[in-house]
Amino acid sequence: MSEELQQQISLEPERYELAAAAPYRFDLDRRDFFRFLGAGILVASVLKPAVIAQESGGARQRRGDSLPQEIDAWLHVGENGKVTVCTGKAEMGQNIRTSLSQGVAEELRVPMGNIDLVMGDTQFTPFDMGTFGSRTTPTMNLQLRKVAAAAREMLIGLAAAQWGTDRQNLSSAEGKVTDAQTNRSLEYSALTKGQQLTQTVTSDTALIPASGWKVAGQSALKVDGREFVTGRHRYPSDQKLSEMLYGKVLRPPSFGATLLSVDTQKAEQMGATVVHDGNFVGAAAANAELAAAAISAIHAEWKSEPQPSSKELFDYLRKNTSEGKDPSGDGDRYDVGAVDQALSSADHRLQQTYTVSYIAHVPLEPRAALAKWDGDKVTVWTGTQRPFGVRGQLAEAFRIPEDQVRVLMPDTGSGYGGKHTGETAIEAARLARAAKRPVKLTWTREEEFTWAYFRPAGVIDVSSGVRNDGSITAWEFHNYNSGSAGIRTYYEIPNQRIVFHAANSPLRQGSYRALAATANHFARESHMDEMAHSLKMDPLEFRLKNLKDERLRAVFTAAAKQFGWGIRDKTLPGRGFGMGGGYEKLGNIATFAEVQVDRKSGDVKVVRVVSAFECGAIVNPDNLRNQIEGSNVQGLGGALFEAIEFENGKILNGRMSQYRVPRFSDVPVLETVLLDRKDLPSVGAGECPMIGLAPAIANAIFDATGVRLRSLPLVPEGLKAS
Amino acid sequence: MTTIRLTVNGSAYTVDADAQTSLLSVLREHLDLTGSKYGCGEGQCGACTVLIDGKAQRSCITKVATVSQKQITTIEGLASGEQLHPVQQAFLEAGALQCGYCTSGMIMSAVALLRRNPEPKESEIIAFMDGNVCRCGTYPRIVSAIQKAAKVAKGTSAGKGAGR
Repeated sequence: MSEELQQQISLEPERYELAAAAPYRFDLDRRDFFRFLGAGILVASVLKPAVIAQESGGARQRRGDSLPQEIDAWLHVGENGKVTVCTGKAEMGQNIRTSLSQGVAEELRVPMGNIDLVMGDTQFTPFDMGTFGSRTTPTMNLQLRKVAAAAREMLIGLAAAQWGTDRQNLSSAEGKVTDAQTNRSLEYSALTKGQQLTQTVTSDTALIPASGWKVAGQSALKVDGREFVTGRHRYPSDQKLSEMLYGKVLRPPSFGATLLSVDTQKAEQMGATVVHDGNFVGAAAANAELAAAAISAIHAEWKSEPQPSSKELFDYLRKNTSEGKDPSGDGDRYDVGAVDQALSSADHRLQQTYTVSYIAHVPLEPRAALAKWDGDKVTVWTGTQRPFGVRGQLAEAFRIPEDQVRVLMPDTGSGYGGKHTGETAIEAARLARAAKRPVKLTWTREEEFTWAYFRPAGVIDVSSGVRNDGSITAWEFHNYNSGSAGIRTYYEIPNQRIVFHAANSPLRQGSYRALAATANHFARESHMDEMAHSLKMDPLEFRLKNLKDERLRAVFTAAAKQFGWGIRDKTLPGRGFGMGGGYEKLGNIATFAEVQVDRKSGDVKVVRVVSAFECGAIVNPDNLRNQIEGSNVQGLGGALFEAIEFENGKILNGRMSQYRVPRFSDVPVLETVLLDRKDLPSVGAGECPMIGLAPAIANAIFDATGVRLRSLPLVPEGLKAS
Repeated sequence: MTTIRLTVNGSAYTVDADAQTSLLSVLREHLDLTGSKYGCGEGQCGACTVLIDGKAQRSCITKVATVSQKQITTIEGLASGEQLHPVQQAFLEAGALQCGYCTSGMIMSAVALLRRNPEPKESEIIAFMDGNVCRCGTYPRIVSAIQKAAKVAKGTSAGKGAGR
């Protein structure tokens, strides 16, 4: 990775994802395509220029007989009736392999089992920026439905020509075109026989409205679920090649340490291939134990610099602001009206500071890669949310053109925003080049905790002014370092000053599911509660008084109803109720939480969580519930107890036994209300449902105890009466 | 290096490995049984869970030399041909997975639980399964899947009983 890129990653979450993409080159022309896939029909999806600029880093010129450069997905119906769909998106547990198949099955009218999705392979799939930001459903699902619809219309056209009839008489279902008048029908496989037809689709392709969906809009089981429950699925860390070696890297004693001297003689005598290249020292050997032993046998001297610790983190961030920006979020600065005047003339003023810690993604499958060189071409199987981004990193690291690099991403053991970069790919490839054999490298859990990147920590200062009648008149919001996603308020406030201040983060930081929206919603929704209490207003009533957005009002109202807000039994000692919610990644969430606090033991238990979520027309209700439940469970960790502790460039709790993640016994009763808006476009759901939880819990703890907690995690040591 | 005999999923294997090597490494690297996963290396996450003489054990902290006389069952040995084990079937039907990386370990732990306690209460499931981590947060679905599998198993054994 270049220093510049490293710098961007360390300074600003997600900025690197928005840097201009490597030029997309579509290597196959249409003849190659049919040679590769066999005869049939091929439909490619071409992005609109505006979307291209956003998703692919710029429009490109078309050349010769090749297909258009801006293809973002394609679909092929073969002579055997099998449908092959190609997209650069990656599967890591969001179940998009299933939901995208549903969209295709719906429009093309074929059984789900006939569809094969090729994903995340830089040689065969069109360029894609990466799988993040809840973009798959609003963009790729739509594009795939369009290519499928166009393919269906082509097949109907072929049948009409074959029968010499008007296409108006024909319809398609179950992989066949049927003429209702004559009752004759033709399988897609018969229609595609010997054909080599291509078509591109653009924005004007008509789609089946959500109200008419039969396959989409229904719950469907994970398409290849059987492979997972039998252990047959091969994750990146399960990949194997003959003659393969196992790799291991010598890690510095602290972040940013430089190598002064190294003695690799002993390791070499053990039969390992040892590479010393700049600050990189690694070994490859016949088995993982030997590679680890070889690394242990290396004697190295490092020079370390003193660094800040987690104890002084929040002061440090405030004092070490930088000139950076965070274009991934909602903008770095937003001003409206006259905040200072409005604050001084408000009936009530409130000023508070909220903080969030660094947390780790802890994907259960650590980063892993298998690399293999053929001459000066390298192929890498790795777990990443950005196969094309990793291709670029490899090309840069080895100073070779991108077309000499192929990255494949087998469905991976989760990411949550943590697998955007290609460290293991580069490490494995470096060792494989030296060993002249394939090398697999899997990070240990400790490496994963230390050498990956973290969800940014942050400090948020909020000042507000409100009138006696409960209308908010002034809102000043300063976020230091955590990021600008979700920084804008959806409450109607005439005077606002909202600023994101980048800071020099002491730890390497990057994307994490929902980005800074978790921190910003925690601060905003906690503060809303504090304002309501200072006015002695009901927190729900106070929110609704200041909220016009109909979609947000709808989720708050629906969640309140399901939760029984206002009619819950408040007489139970230690019991409390709270809410939080908001808008992020085009989705709308309201989360209500019920907690039980035992001030004697300090035990804080979240006993019940109700989420109401709206993301337009629902594509797969059961999978949507699964994502919302999962967001809540994962969110519990960051809300209650997860925090990375560090000192002088070292992680102090980088093991599963030292860093607590949510377990079975932490899980509350989870109730989910889905608002299905068939009249609205479908949007993503992997991130937004998480953002309301932390403030809902903090507000519930206040309700239970009168103790206002303004730092995430809220109760890493419990909440004993002082 | 020692020559170690292992019985895995009913088949006998001979492997040359250091006696200190973890069973997980031997399963994955020597026998290419990659269904058991590495998650933490310290027995904290349960992704590597296998059955040793019917009991759930963390293969990442089990030294291979200690299990040479025992019956080892991994996720690969659970189904009978194409017929899934009731726990596998229940996980599939309950949608009790997202990325699926914890699934092998979850299923092996659940199988061990149901062998010991065929009709576990919800609280017993939670207590037994608490050493298995799912980062995607599918815990409530896993509890449902285990309850479902228990019901199916009970139905099957009741059916058998009636036929006798």
